[in-house]
Order: sequence, then structure tokens, then C-alpha cells
Amino acid sequence: MVDKVLMKGNEAIAEAAIKAGCRYFFGYPITPQNALPEYMSKRLPEVGGVFLQAESEVAASNMVYGAAGAGARVLTSSSSPGISLKMEGISYIAGAELPAVIVNIMRGGPGLGGIQPSQADYFQATKGGGHGDYRLAVLAPSSVQEAVDLTIDAFDIADRYRNPVMILGDGMIGQMMEPVEFKQEIDPADLPLKEWATDGARGRKPNIINSLFLDPQKLEDHVMKLEDKYKQMKANEVRYELYKMDDAELAVVAYGTTARISISAVDMARKKGIKAGLIRPISLFPFPEKVINETAEQVVNFLTVEMSTGQMVEDVRLAVNGEKPVYFYGRTGGMVPSPEEILAEIEKIGGVKR
Amino acid sequence: MKIVAAYPESLTDKEFHYCPGCTHGIIHRLVAEVIDELGVRKDTIGVAPVGCAVLAYDYFNCDMHEASHGRAPAVATGIKRVHQDKVVFTYQGDGDLASIGTAEIVHAANRGELISTVFVNNAIYGMTGGQMAPTTLDKQKTTTSPYGRDKGLAGNPIKISEMLAVLDGPAYIARVSVHDPKHIRQAKKAIQKAFQVQLEGKGFATVEVLSSCPTNWGMSPVQALKWLAENMLDVYPLGVFKEVD
Ligand SMILES: Cc1ncc(C[n+]2csc(CCOP(=O)(O)OP(=O)(O)O)c2C)c(N)n1
Ligand code: SF4
Repeated sequence: MVDKVLMKGNEAIAEAAIKAGCRYFFGYPITPQNALPEYMSKRLPEVGGVFLQAESEVAASNMVYGAAGAGARVLTSSSSPGISLKMEGISYIAGAELPAVIVNIMRGGPGLGGIQPSQADYFQATKGGGHGDYRLAVLAPSSVQEAVDLTIDAFDIADRYRNPVMILGDGMIGQMMEPVEFKQEIDPADLPLKEWATDGARGRKPNIINSLFLDPQKLEDHVMKLEDKYKQMKANEVRYELYKMDDAELAVVAYGTTARISISAVDMARKKGIKAGLIRPISLFPFPEKVINETAEQVVNFLTVEMSTGQMVEDVRLAVNGEKPVYFYGRTGGMVPSPEEILAEIEKIGGVKR
Repeated sequence: MKIVAAYPESLTDKEFHYCPGCTHGIIHRLVAEVIDELGVRKDTIGVAPVGCAVLAYDYFNCDMHEASHGRAPAVATGIKRVHQDKVVFTYQGDGDLASIGTAEIVHAANRGELISTVFVNNAIYGMTGGQMAPTTLDKQKTTTSPYGRDKGLAGNPIKISEMLAVLDGPAYIARVSVHDPKHIRQAKKAIQKAFQVQLEGKGFATVEVLSSCPTNWGMSPVQALKWLAENMLDVYPLGVFKEVD
């Protein structure tokens, strides 16, 4: 059996990246994710990797763009305002079809916002964020162990689709301590060679990493190729977890930290005789729309809970497609909903047959 | 038979899209000749800018990476950190390097990043149609300084080589020009040196190359070279600003 170690979310994600064979990190300090780059600055030199504190998030994301083009597994992390700055690089990385992993440990916004946990970057993460027709694969852990597992998977997904992948956490996931185990360890030397990478044109024609297509027909063709990848992701990469959904009449839909809290609320509701359950999207893009749509035949109501004024709820509504009412409860600005608050919402709408 | 002049292997056979008389073409050729002479074409990764040289990835016959506007030094940093045994260079205009990309160039230089930068200063934004650049001369007319650049309003021509030379990271900083054959020969030597210090692991290098933009300066190619010699050399004196043994 693998030993469990007690780790903070931010550090566990960093170690998971190393276990995934990532040896390059470029970033810029911002609360509440500082423990991640700090951990990398200590660990990467030990494994022959490179930690570089960039002059800004703009530079950091462009360093990632360079390193990813050069064929490396590479990570950057930040929190909301920093992610906004990284969007330039992210759009280019997506446009040039490069694999990279970006961690967003969300804090309250807009603007400088605050430093407490938030989920208000859902739109930015799942609907593009940067300019152009592209998507990130977005994975949202709700425990430290899951953050570890998803980080390792993120590198595989990034390589498989040659597309950036975002780990979307929040200040709570980043800072809480839980026991974790690292089930695998990848030696970067064992990773398959990326024949498209810029590593010197020896014995082959030069490789070009590029996202410029001046001919609109060529650009449309390129974008349609990207679109095909996103369709494949929708077919193959949807992840979610169901909790007490077998006989549920009310489906709470929540991700990340909010999903954890919602589990307590669901249990409290069950004790009161309300048949509540939880659908927890793990992949936010691709969004688990099918299971939500199918659940509409079973339940009476949906309640989406988020640490925002309502972002994912739009995707839930699209999935439910008007078949059942979709309610929303959210706290924002760094305020975390309590199980009691969520229970109160469940009680307000629960059991009401329509 | 000894070949004294041939088409550089480090250039592809794609025809340049540059305007007639534009000195970007000359500078491309110099860079390619240097790569050939150092014998490093298959170990070189170039980073193209956003600017008239955006398609440089089609012209240099080595691995190329097209950067976002001004970020070539950051992209090059990412590449070089992964492939420390390769030669990495950036090719950037003055809007790219001296305006939107000042943070990236200053910090790459300051880190002593082992990359070589070819910085083409034509005192204007060529690609977007002749707007004022930070390098535009005082009183120079451009499409966004139609009354002539006004120092009080728009600041002063920015002297990148002088600025970078005060940092400890760079191993070689020089300003050259390509307005006549003699200066072209000197420019090539400087570019050679900029690659050489990288190969020797000495530090960061930039060669600022004064270049012409006949199209947006509204001049014939010959007039443009004359204008460069008569107006730019005073503001941007040529020379080596930093050289580490
Ligand atoms: C982020 C961003 N801002 C602006 C532009 C538009 N743009 C393209 S090239 C350019 C200026 C290029 O000028 P310079 O670097 O001097 O190169 P030149 O064309 O003169 O060779 C600008 C502003 C862009 N492509 N991306
Ligand atoms: S616009 Fe100016 S810099 Fe650009 S190719 Fe034409 S002459 Fe050269």
C-alpha cells in the first residue's frame, strides 16, 4: 500500500505535477496559491527541473507557451487576477495546439476582489476566457486527494488532445490539509517523444509552433479542427459523481468546495425526510450535461449552489432544457455557504411537487 | 572552387513578403548567414515576433516558434530552459520589443537568459500601417503623430541598448545599422557575436539594428536609407554598449 501523507492542497497539486513528469514551472506570486510555487521552487531543483519566477503572469504564461512548444510537460498556477493576465498565453497555447496545465485557485472578484475562496471564474474557465474559438478542459477537485489525481490526469489529457487543461480550485481546496497518496510516478524520460516540438531540426524538417492563419479559410479549417477535439472531449472526458441520487427527488448540483458542503446539506435534508441528492460535475468542460438532462426525468427540482452569483447554473439550465425548475443559491465575494444555508434552500423548494 | 557567396541554408526558399527596399530582408539574411557559419542550424530554435517579421517562421530554415506581441523573450526563456543545449534567438521589432514587450526584454536580459535577440528598430510600427513607436524620433510624423511626435505629449525616443547595458545580465549589447554595405558588414559581426556569447554560455545578448521602413516613412528605398543615416544615427548612436569577456 502507498503511504498517505498530510498535505495542503496547493502543495499536493505541485507534488502531483512532479509525479506526472512535469519538470518546468513558471509563475508569479498571488494569494491564495503561493504555497504551490513555493513548493515547486524547493522541489523542482531536487528532480533536475526548473522553477522560474516570472516578471508577471503575462510573461509566465508565455514562458509556458515556449516550454510547451519545446515539448515539455509544464505547469503554471495563479489565482483569479493573475489568470486574467495569463489569458493571452492560454489563447496562444490553445491556438497553437500545445499541451499545458494551468491551476486557478480562485479568489473573490471582480478586479482585485478579495483573497477568500470563490467560484466566480467559472465563466472565464469554461467559456474560453481568452480571445477566439477555443476551450480549456476544466477539472474541479473537491478534495486534496482528488486535486492530486486530477492534476496527474490533466497532464495526460493535455498531451492527448494537445490542449491546455485547467485545474479549477478555490482558496479552500488550496489551503486545507488532508491525507493524500500518490499512486503513480512518471519519469519524464519515459514519456513519448513529441515529434512536433521545437527541439532542433535534426534529421527532420523544421517544426513551427504557430497560431497565425492569415487566410480565413485556413483559419476556419484550423478552428474546426480544434472544435473536433472539443467534441471528442465531450464524448470521452466527461466526469461527475453522484451522491444519493438513486431515489432523489431534488438534485443539488455543485462542484468543488461547494459540493463538499452540499453533501452535508443533502445528509441533513435526508434526515428530515427530503429525498435530496447531489450531482457533482468534476469536469466543468466538458460539462456533464447528459446526466443532468436524464436526471430531469427523475427529480422534481434542481438546486445549483455556487460561490458566485450564478455561473454554472446557466449550464445546468441548458442541460435541463426547461424540463424542471432549476433554482439557484449562491454566496460570493469570498463568503462560503454553510450546510445550514443550503439546507434552508432545499427545504424551501424541496418536496414541492410541480 | 571556393564558394564566396551562396544562398544561406538557414533561409527557406520562400519569397519574402517585405516591401521593396525594406531592410528586414537584409537582416534576415545576416542572421541566416551567422547560423550557417556557426554550423548550428539544426540546433537552433528561433522565436518570431508580432510585427512585419511575423512570418519569419516561414523564412528561417530551423525550428521556429511564433510568439505573441512583445513576449518573444518570455517564449524564448521557456524554450531555452527546456533545451539548454540549443541556440535560441528572438527576432523583434521596436513596437514589439520596446513598447508592449519592455517588461519581457528587461527581465530576460536581467536574468542573463542565454538567448540572443535581434532587435529591429525602424522607428515606426510597420505592420499596422505606420503608427508612432516608442522609438519614433522627436517631431517625426506618423499616422498617430500627424503633427510630428511631441516630446511633451508622447515622450522621448527610447534607447533600449543603453537601458539594457546597465543591467548585469547581458553579456553583449550593441547597436548597428544596415544603411550601407560597410555598416551591413559590421552588423553581421555583431549578430555573430550575439550568437557566440550564447554558445559560450556568457549571458544574454541583444543587437539593435537600425532599419528602414520606406513604405511607412513615405520614401523611396534610397531616400529611406539616407534618412536613416541623417536622422537616426544621431539619436541612436552605433556602438558596443556592453561586452563581457
Ligand atoms: C496584443 C497585440 N496588440 C497589438 C497588435 C497589433 N500589432 C501588430 S504588429 C504591431 C506593431 C509592430 O511594430 P514593430 O514591432 O515596430 O514591427 P515592424 O512592423 O515595424 O517590423 C502591432 C501594434 C497585436 N497583434 N497584438
Ligand atoms: S511596412 Fe515597413 S517594415 Fe514592414 S515590410 Fe514594409 S517597409 Fe518593411
